[in-house]
Amino acid sequence: MTELAEHVAAIGRPLKRKEDARLLTGKTQWTDNIQLAGALHMAILRSPMGHAKITKLDVSGALKYPGVEAAYGAAELGDLNASVPCVWPVTDDMVAPDFPALAKGEVRHMGDCVALVLAGTAAQAADALEGIVVEYSALPAVINMDDAIKEGSPLVHSDKGTNKCYTYKLQPQGDGAYEAAKAKADVVVKRRFVNQRLIPSAMEPRAVVASPMGTSGELTIWSATQVPHVLRVLLALVTGVSENKLRVVAPDVGGGFGGKLQCYREEILCVALANKLGRPIKWTETRSEDMMATHHGRDQLQDIEIAATKDGKLLGLKVDLIANMGAYLQIITPGIPLLGMFMYPAIYKMDAYDFSCIGVFTNTTPTDAYRGAGRPESTYAIERIMDELANELGMEPMELRKKNWIKHEEFPYTTVAGLTYDSGNYEAATDKAMALFKYDELRKEQVKRRASGDKVQLGIGISTFTEMCGLAPSRTLGALKYVAGGWEHCTIRVLPTGKVELVTGTSPHGQGHETAWSQIASDTLGIPVDDIEVIHGDTRTSPYGMDTYGSRSLAVGGQAILRAGEKVVEKARLIAAHQLECSANDLEFDHGVFRVKGDPSKEKAIQAVAFEAFSAHDLPDGLEPTLQAESTVDPQDFSYPHGTHLCAMEVDTETGKSTIRSYVCVDDIGIQINPLIVEGQVHGGLAQGIAQALYEGAVYDSDGQLLTASFADYLVPSAPDLPSFVTDHTVTPSTTNPLGTKGVGEAGAIASTPAVINAIVDALRPYGVNDVPMPALPMTVWRTLNAARQGGK
Amino acid sequence: MTKVSITVDGVLHESEVEPRTLLVHYLREQVGKVGTVVGCDTSSCGACTILLDGRSAKSCSVLAVQADGSSVTTIEGLAGDEWHPVQAAFKECHGLQCGYCTPGMVLSAVDLLSENPNPSEAEIREGLEGNLCRCTGYHNIVKSVALAAQTMKGGKK
Repeated sequence: MTELAEHVAAIGRPLKRKEDARLLTGKTQWTDNIQLAGALHMAILRSPMGHAKITKLDVSGALKYPGVEAAYGAAELGDLNASVPCVWPVTDDMVAPDFPALAKGEVRHMGDCVALVLAGTAAQAADALEGIVVEYSALPAVINMDDAIKEGSPLVHSDKGTNKCYTYKLQPQGDGAYEAAKAKADVVVKRRFVNQRLIPSAMEPRAVVASPMGTSGELTIWSATQVPHVLRVLLALVTGVSENKLRVVAPDVGGGFGGKLQCYREEILCVALANKLGRPIKWTETRSEDMMATHHGRDQLQDIEIAATKDGKLLGLKVDLIANMGAYLQIITPGIPLLGMFMYPAIYKMDAYDFSCIGVFTNTTPTDAYRGAGRPESTYAIERIMDELANELGMEPMELRKKNWIKHEEFPYTTVAGLTYDSGNYEAATDKAMALFKYDELRKEQVKRRASGDKVQLGIGISTFTEMCGLAPSRTLGALKYVAGGWEHCTIRVLPTGKVELVTGTSPHGQGHETAWSQIASDTLGIPVDDIEVIHGDTRTSPYGMDTYGSRSLAVGGQAILRAGEKVVEKARLIAAHQLECSANDLEFDHGVFRVKGDPSKEKAIQAVAFEAFSAHDLPDGLEPTLQAESTVDPQDFSYPHGTHLCAMEVDTETGKSTIRSYVCVDDIGIQINPLIVEGQVHGGLAQGIAQALYEGAVYDSDGQLLTASFADYLVPSAPDLPSFVTDHTVTPSTTNPLGTKGVGEAGAIASTPAVINAIVDALRPYGVNDVPMPALPMTVWRTLNAARQGGK
Repeated sequence: MTKVSITVDGVLHESEVEPRTLLVHYLREQVGKVGTVVGCDTSSCGACTILLDGRSAKSCSVLAVQADGSSVTTIEGLAGDEWHPVQAAFKECHGLQCGYCTPGMVLSAVDLLSENPNPSEAEIREGLEGNLCRCTGYHNIVKSVALAAQTMKGGKK
């Protein structure tokens, strides 16, 4: 055998990423790169109206255009016009309107699919859309959620008789418990916060190629998706193509943030048409299509009320949400607010909690998961109202938090919402963050600036957040009426030459799983990181998985890697013991080498065992050849990352411009596999959370025109719009999984938004400002400040 | 159709293009340089940035016919025997995650450093204003460009 590289402990090291070589040299395999002979390109005619009857649709004119092979409206598509699935019917009486891939007689949001053309090139298909004759008769649109639930509102789905999708209640202490708690309160603070609509805006637009392959009738679908496994099941269910004939491949995927967690109309259309025509069908969206037809996120009206004693002890919390579903339900649209439902009480102890949510339909793009999915919304509301309560009580906002948070010695702790947090140390993270931030010095400077009437005021914003990650225990999902499970799968094969194939059911789109998963397997198997190849994102090579979202990949998928690796070692141990002529119990396993206890000269490397398992000349009786194992792990519980985020904001009181002077966060995500990747995840999350606070918002006019339908109108921040960040961590291992990990993908996006807005409000508090709408653009801040000045306190 | 002669990553290509063909579509569809990507339709994101006669350009904002007689460097042609220092620095500093903005970001950074070999943090941020990244929050991109500036000082310039 060739000399083997030695194993060096890998977990916890900031290894450079394996993925980078192809990404930095343009060798990446994006879905849009795939060019197949004979492919037809699909272009889609989309509704320019928010709500309208289609009074005439004639696609035949498109057929006269060069290169056009076919054109379809709903009539031409017939039975192939499958409906977009929703897999989370949150209540038994939820209103679930049909969502056909091509609109049937009525369009309900700008961007709704009306017709399509198939042509030899993408340009020919786009040109031929001009040949389609379509006439609309405008219907009244409803955009505003408060309006949508009023009697007499225009209806998004007239056949349903209501715009209400569902009403959901959670009253863990029983009906009336909150009112009883409130009766004992000295102070009650009530606010309405508007958590505005956002557009996920992954840099890679969506793209799909569906192609008949080989002789078996198999259909291969390449898609820029986060969820190839989920997508395969759903495509089989809605298109009727047999699941075992469908192969879904997620090649390199350029970001997702929840926006590619979906079974989209265009995916359904490409599959149905490729299956019908027996030719490859390709579609790549334009950015403008992405802005109106990739699902949106957030968009909740939050009425929140908190009750406390005069010395600041929290008694109860009441939350009444109105959540915008958009025009239709997509994969988990109705469930998003419920992912936040459990998290409003956050890290705080109190006696009573009362939650309700009304889901409403409007003539807007459907909403669904966007980085954090429900938890940024809950964290925003609770962390904002904690500051408002502190102001009402005349308490320092951090002192109010300290008084009410769960102390580190109180874990595990069952919250008023009914979740049991396994571990945490809010004191340690906060102490570290405050020291890095120089909290006391900044407070002193703030006093000085206020006293001197400086035109640039300083505000300090706090967010002491937690979230639930590791989605999710399958039984819990079942209890919440989600139709699928939350397990994850891994197969590990040690090949005859000692190289390893690790097959994961997680599906990375920028996270660096190839590197981090190698690190976990490396330490489990004692095989160098560079000898491990991570295989993912193809349902033929990785048949089982629940994919990547909800900060679940490590917290759940990591367990499957660990367990599969341990099983491999268990089998290797039997072979090594047989060949070293000792009992399996007499073997030590260290850095990939089995040694006989007390006789270290007798040893066998795991790679050598792999060859023995392959040749199978001398295996123990009854043991099967090959060295491989698989594991499917259902998590025992959620994990609960937490952290303390602090933002120092300078607000120009003359222009309304807010400038972040410093941003410090100390996150506790448990054991870190690769700190370099962790830091990057935090940075990216911060940027998106800060962008919600300061820059981004999807805006519709009253007719349902999306006014922010391009990157020229929707302000995704660029480098000068953001500061450098100070990030650090504490480590309190999770006790719900053997790696002690918690999840980090969403933390920054969940925590940062309230820290930023709290900082702006804090800067302007002396002027009587008690809230600032998001995004806090200079004009908005200036108007808020002036209104407060003119209105007095 | 119009005939164009464009040198792409050191190789001369003589092609027939529709006059309306954007340089980025020419590069991707006719030359096969799929390392250069499209991220938007308003010239806002910079994902398609290439070097056109040595200067950065958004290849969605240039017609292929306008590039006739020019030399284009894409991300696929940036490295010689070794990676360009900017590529190496992006790996070193974890300046990329999903990698979709990366080709454009790297080539913009190359141009930025050729103009200003010793940029401050603020100058790096301003210099990359035309390139959007949704993953990194720019923190590590800024660090990457600063590191590349350092490593390049010893060599060229």
